[in-house]
Amino acid sequence: MSPAAPLLPERFASWFAGRGWQARSHQLDMVARARAGRDALLIAPTGGGKTLAGFLPSLIELAERPPANSPQGIHTLYISPLKALAVDVERNLMAPILQMGLPIVAESRTGDTGVSRKQRQRIKPPDILLTTPEQLALFCAWEGARLYFENLSCVIIDEIHAIHASKRGDLLALALARLQVLAPNMRRVGLSATVDDPDVIRRWMAWGGKTTAETPRPEETVDLVLGPPGAQPVVDMLLSEGRVPWAGHTAKHAMEEVYQAIKGARTALVFVNTRFQAEFAFQELWRINEDDLPIALHHGSLSAEQRRKVEAAMARGELRAVVCTSTLDLGIDWGDVDLVIQLASPKGASRMVQRIGRANHRLDEPSRALFVPANRFEMLECQAAREAIAENRFDGEPARTGGLDVLAQHIMGLACSEAFDLLKLYDELVSCGPYRDLTWEDFEQVVDFVSTGGYALKVYDRFRRIVKAQDGLWRVRDAATAQRHRLNVGAILSPAVLSVRVAMGKRLIGGRKIGEIEEGYLEMLDPGDTFVFAGQVWSLVAVTGLDVFVKAATDKDPKMPSWGGSKFAISTFLAKRVRELMFDQDHWKVLPADVRAWLEAQRDRSLIVGEGELLLETFPRGRRNFLVCYPFEGRLAHTTLAMLLTRRLERLGVGPLGFVCNDYAVAIWALNPMSTLDFEDLFDEDMLGDDLESWLADSFMMKRAFKGCAVISGLIERRFPGENQKSGRQVTFSTDLIYDVLRRHQPDHLLLGCARSDAATGLIDVARLGQMLARIKGHIRHADLEHVSPFSVPILLELGKERTPGQSGDMILAEAEADLIAEAMA
Amino acid sequence: MSLILDGQSLGLAPTATGGLSLKIKGEPVEMRASGALWLEAGSTLVVADLHLEKGSAYAARGQLLPPYDSRDTLRRLALDVEHLAPKTLVLLGDTFHDHAGELRLCPSDAEALIAIGLGRTLVWVLGNHDSEGPKYLPGDIVEDLNFGALILRHEPQTGRQSGEVSGHLHPCTRVASPRGSVRRRCFVTDGTRMIVPAFGAYAGGLNILDPAFDGLFGGPVIAGALGQDRVHAIGPRSFRPD
Repeated sequence: MSPAAPLLPERFASWFAGRGWQARSHQLDMVARARAGRDALLIAPTGGGKTLAGFLPSLIELAERPPANSPQGIHTLYISPLKALAVDVERNLMAPILQMGLPIVAESRTGDTGVSRKQRQRIKPPDILLTTPEQLALFCAWEGARLYFENLSCVIIDEIHAIHASKRGDLLALALARLQVLAPNMRRVGLSATVDDPDVIRRWMAWGGKTTAETPRPEETVDLVLGPPGAQPVVDMLLSEGRVPWAGHTAKHAMEEVYQAIKGARTALVFVNTRFQAEFAFQELWRINEDDLPIALHHGSLSAEQRRKVEAAMARGELRAVVCTSTLDLGIDWGDVDLVIQLASPKGASRMVQRIGRANHRLDEPSRALFVPANRFEMLECQAAREAIAENRFDGEPARTGGLDVLAQHIMGLACSEAFDLLKLYDELVSCGPYRDLTWEDFEQVVDFVSTGGYALKVYDRFRRIVKAQDGLWRVRDAATAQRHRLNVGAILSPAVLSVRVAMGKRLIGGRKIGEIEEGYLEMLDPGDTFVFAGQVWSLVAVTGLDVFVKAATDKDPKMPSWGGSKFAISTFLAKRVRELMFDQDHWKVLPADVRAWLEAQRDRSLIVGEGELLLETFPRGRRNFLVCYPFEGRLAHTTLAMLLTRRLERLGVGPLGFVCNDYAVAIWALNPMSTLDFEDLFDEDMLGDDLESWLADSFMMKRAFKGCAVISGLIERRFPGENQKSGRQVTFSTDLIYDVLRRHQPDHLLLGCARSDAATGLIDVARLGQMLARIKGHIRHADLEHVSPFSVPILLELGKERTPGQSGDMILAEAEADLIAEAMA
Repeated sequence: MSLILDGQSLGLAPTATGGLSLKIKGEPVEMRASGALWLEAGSTLVVADLHLEKGSAYAARGQLLPPYDSRDTLRRLALDVEHLAPKTLVLLGDTFHDHAGELRLCPSDAEALIAIGLGRTLVWVLGNHDSEGPKYLPGDIVEDLNFGALILRHEPQTGRQSGEVSGHLHPCTRVASPRGSVRRRCFVTDGTRMIVPAFGAYAGGLNILDPAFDGLFGGPVIAGALGQDRVHAIGPRSFRPD
């Protein structure tokens, strides 16, 4: 094609003109990259016509394709992390197709798509198929995959920033590598929100084997296309009567003003960090909803049907506000939203920009957002986030190394699809981003795992799931094995569901069931805390196994745990900015008077330390001796730190009694004073060695992580346990038994390694703790105090939520035994 | 501790090795922390539901569970046998997970099992999973076996069976406290009969509040829950459903 030829064919140009639009430069740019056969990553804010930019090249190619008598196979595959998004995009895509009268069939296929439609799609593929990573994984495990995708010319991955650094991202990257083998000319297109480092995503998207000095670096093979910057968002901070509470994270104090802000907006999204805060804010807003504004609730513990109703009402423009969690971070476009309210701290700048982007999907008008800090540390965090957003700075997200459990699932899937050659497969795998550094040894180990379970004791040879035939190729053992594998595809683990029951007296037995919630919903709650569920206020009695025991609260005012209200830890980037803000006294003038006075009191009575230093305070209080430090590394890393510190303090004879953590600080108390300890020694990085390993091996975190890896890798099936189902008895054969046996007899097994690294990253944040310990080495500033410090007040308000070191199951048994003895003696 | 259940004294007392001794129908027995039952008077050790080769049974159906369950179970059994040197070892049924289990047992595990039985009487009580007993491994095969006032059999008979010691149900108990809950294998007894926990590494557990236990006991029961190194006596007030 001559360089002068217009990028937009006449039909498209006049369609744009007819709508009173003009194709945007990044949309044309995407067409140009496609013509050049280049892979491309488009980064654009919401409202920039990003989806159309992704599809435009495909629509043009399809429109210009000569007619054929028979179906030509899938031309473009669109992958979205959300089912709802795939369906919504199908709807939006139909507009240009119908309006231009293009001979293009576009259809969605998700887990909800009916069987007959799915079958028809296999026999008569649409030109454009819109689907999810899980459906794509199923395609990859299908015998017909090679034929089905041979004419595939383009794959579009939407919301790529939200999926690349996860196990779902690993699985998707592997599926892309497979598609590339089936359709070597396939182009890759990524659509992303604004991120700190686009190269991380480009490397994830790129394909091609290990690079040398002569070959381009992986990220260079993917063109970067930048959409127009959106108008700078206007972010305000709500300070109720100019004051910020000491502690708490509900922002209850400001609810009236939040309500007024909703009233003043056309439609508002009210973001909170947990489902639990969502219930609370929803209840509080309705309590003062004099005007009966239609305010709805949306979070992950609500039924899918309920959520869909809210989404539909929102799409029809019937709602004035939705109180929601990260479930609405991504999703379909709602043009009418003109205000985003963030209750409590944002935890990260990138997520906040995403959320703000949900307001006002018109590029030229600024999005409006309102931060409502719930306490003083959050106030600092909100201020730091505002400044970061104003400077267009984002949280960096580290690249992920692909999980070997996910790889095992993929390899099994490939064997179900067609026979493979080991060498060719290895080349295919290392061509994909997350597995670029996969060693041949690890690869062989995974193949052995898929085949025989990977045990040092070679007794399962006759039970191989995949077998090497005389032609040297590997295949699935039989059709039944393949069928069973397909039932277990995917990297999403559905959390266990707990029953909420009314406790009867002091004995946690039976009781009326009032509903179901997902495990994790009450993670932040401790016995005695009150919370809202199913429209009532309850007090938590205990969480035991699969039951949550509650009793009706006499107090009609649900009290939330005062801190720790987020499942997201504060980002490293934002934490650093908070520390900088605290250190820079000239900067304090932007803060409200009472927060400033608090910082000044801290400076005068204790210490304000530099950004790279760790503030550590010791003081007596009551009959206890306290050690409080402020690493700002998030609750997970802090809990790990506290577990390890208490072990050391135990050995030092200090007699630690308990600890409590939040996103900002760790407090430990002990029988003996701690002011004379050698803190450099106490915080030495070697705590991440044997201490960490011995604590971790027995922890429930390892067992939980192991279960996840066992399911994803195919060691156990998703519906395992559940033997003896005929008699209806639940004989629980838990994965913990398998974990214990495997750990004892083959501690170096592949899956134990997977579980170890999952636990270290996801559940205890070891890397972050390690970076912190390295950062503060030689930079611990100790304040030996007589009294509590101003900074320590918020965490001390947490007392009563403490954990005791070394609490074990046997202690619970011993208590029950004492109970029996007491009964016998009575 | 003098605990009275159903009109009789259990004579519950902790032993030096972490077990709990008591009387079943007047016969002294010791619940051991390993899950084995020790009848000192006749130098007889009883273990139930070893479910050997359960791992390979799953593997045959495509779930390649770690193949170490048999050796783990036998290792723990060997520890008890070494310590007590019983004259008689009673395997109380479901010793193998299925009929073909014996054939799948790898040679080193088979040798370990033979070594455990060496120099003593090895008795295989038949279970529902292994209703024919071993074909090649040594030992006596019986349906049930009398021991003083006690009768040892695999599956508890319905109704009140005074003096019966059985397995089959894999009893476990869940105990909760505000800080969390634990679910452990347990012995369960009312002083007239006893159900012993499953000994096998991969044997699951059935909560003693399950209807399967209904009608087996006449009155209140106690559970001997297996802790790390000792047996804990747990009363019905502490039992929780799953």
